[in-house]
Amino acid sequence: MNTLPETKEIILEVRNLNFFYGAFQGLKNINLDIQKNTVTAFIGPSGCGKSTLLRTLNRMYDLYPGQRAEGEINFDGENILNPKQDLNLLRSRVGMVFQKPTPFPMSIYDNIAFGVQLYENLSRSDMDDRVEWALQKAAIWGEVKDKLGQSGLSLSGGQQQRLCIARGIAVKPAILLLDEPTSALDPISTGKVEELVHNLKSEYTVVIVTHNMQQAARVSDYTAYMYLGELMEFGETDQIFMKPARQETEDYITGRFG
Amino acid sequence: MNVSSNMDLSIYARRKRANFIGMVLSMSAMIIGLAFLLWILSILMFKGFSALSFSMLTHSTPAPGSEGGGLANAIVGSLMIVLSCSLLSTPIGVLAGVYLSEYSDRSKIAEVTRFVNDIMLSAPSIVIGLFVYALIVVPSKHFSGWAGTIALSLIAIPVVVRTTENMLKLVPVSLREAAFALGAPKWKVSTSVVLKAAKSGVMTGLLLALARVSGETAPLLFTALNNQFFSTDMNKPMANLPVVIFQFAMSPYENWVSLAWGGALLITLTVLALNIIARVVFREKVSV
Repeated sequence: MNTLPETKEIILEVRNLNFFYGAFQGLKNINLDIQKNTVTAFIGPSGCGKSTLLRTLNRMYDLYPGQRAEGEINFDGENILNPKQDLNLLRSRVGMVFQKPTPFPMSIYDNIAFGVQLYENLSRSDMDDRVEWALQKAAIWGEVKDKLGQSGLSLSGGQQQRLCIARGIAVKPAILLLDEPTSALDPISTGKVEELVHNLKSEYTVVIVTHNMQQAARVSDYTAYMYLGELMEFGETDQIFMKPARQETEDYITGRFG
Repeated sequence: MNVSSNMDLSIYARRKRANFIGMVLSMSAMIIGLAFLLWILSILMFKGFSALSFSMLTHSTPAPGSEGGGLANAIVGSLMIVLSCSLLSTPIGVLAGVYLSEYSDRSKIAEVTRFVNDIMLSAPSIVIGLFVYALIVVPSKHFSGWAGTIALSLIAIPVVVRTTENMLKLVPVSLREAAFALGAPKWKVSTSVVLKAAKSGVMTGLLLALARVSGETAPLLFTALNNQFFSTDMNKPMANLPVVIFQFAMSPYENWVSLAWGGALLITLTVLALNIIARVVFREKVSV
């Protein structure tokens, strides 16, 4: 486990995490600290376990029988892998945005309000404010403010993804998990989402999985390089990209492998 | 045309022949099928339209030997029975479909339910009629509109269950995950997101189920039977189009036979309309 230079507040603490898809072990003894109000990137070749690791942080894997995690993930002083953990509550605190945009089959407004209504009882005008706030944050307000009643499915792919990010922000989670959020987007939309990620960290802690090394270098403060279910190297992004401690990391980053 | 030297033209020629034969066979199958359908429809149109009249909608079925008469009691009876059937089978069928698709997790109960549902889908409707006859008509000692409703519902529910399950299964897993990721509880995900996404498909299933039951005769013979008089009492025997057609078509009276043709045309047009509506609803889903 690499120690991080400046000790900030740790929001998420992963300890001795092992993950199994049935008999196959997808993650091997992962140890990792996520700092509050930072962006942490998980990089590594396909199948290395970076998405798996992300999906343990909000226990998304729990939807599927046969998948299980062992070890500890401490969030707010509690081990969220505890079977008694309330998953709905956990996911309202640890939000997630996926690879492909997934707008719900309802209006743009209702897409945002859906998650908020689950845990907060807001008046109509407070909800209006919240919807605008979230759409502003996700840098899409200008494009949709005149058509909030239209279906979320009517937007372009890049807009849909920003709508999904707005939806995730609107419930005000502590942590936002992004699973390759730009892999289905064109370069312009990608740029907008990256800028957005950068701005989000003043209020949220962001963990992003990406296949794009430049993206990791651009948006993240910390980077974790994973390979075959193991955490090979974890540290400040600058250090990982400039002077990786391990040869394997360097090979992957420089494109000699992967 | 230049042909590269390693190509064996005889293989290509054989495939072209096979293609031609396949095309001829499928075209002739289509023509035979369509010919009979058009034959039935044209006779029905010819005989049915001449029987259609305003008095058919305003008068009840005539007594034996009397002149004129109409189908008002049968039309209203059919509408009431089919409407209550849809009110009964929609919630049961949709909820069972949601259970099978969203909640069952490949459990034994779900597998048995699916299996039984498949059998029910192909159960002869006369068996269902007899079942409801034994279950409701015999103990209550009289035929009734409610018994007819229940018999038709037993036919409609399996159709609704199957289409609902299939339509929900088409909703991508990513949409469910996205809803769960916001902290939504399972019932909320199932009803507000998944069912909503599959709405038009489920509606189509409902309409097709209604189209299916609105022409059923056998189950009504044993349950609602018929009523010569105008009645909206669902506890009494109730006139309905299929049974009236069945009885009138085989009668010796000319005006009865003519009414049977009119009723047959009316049912056919209704079923046609339901099918067209279902298709339009479904197409809207695709275009979104």
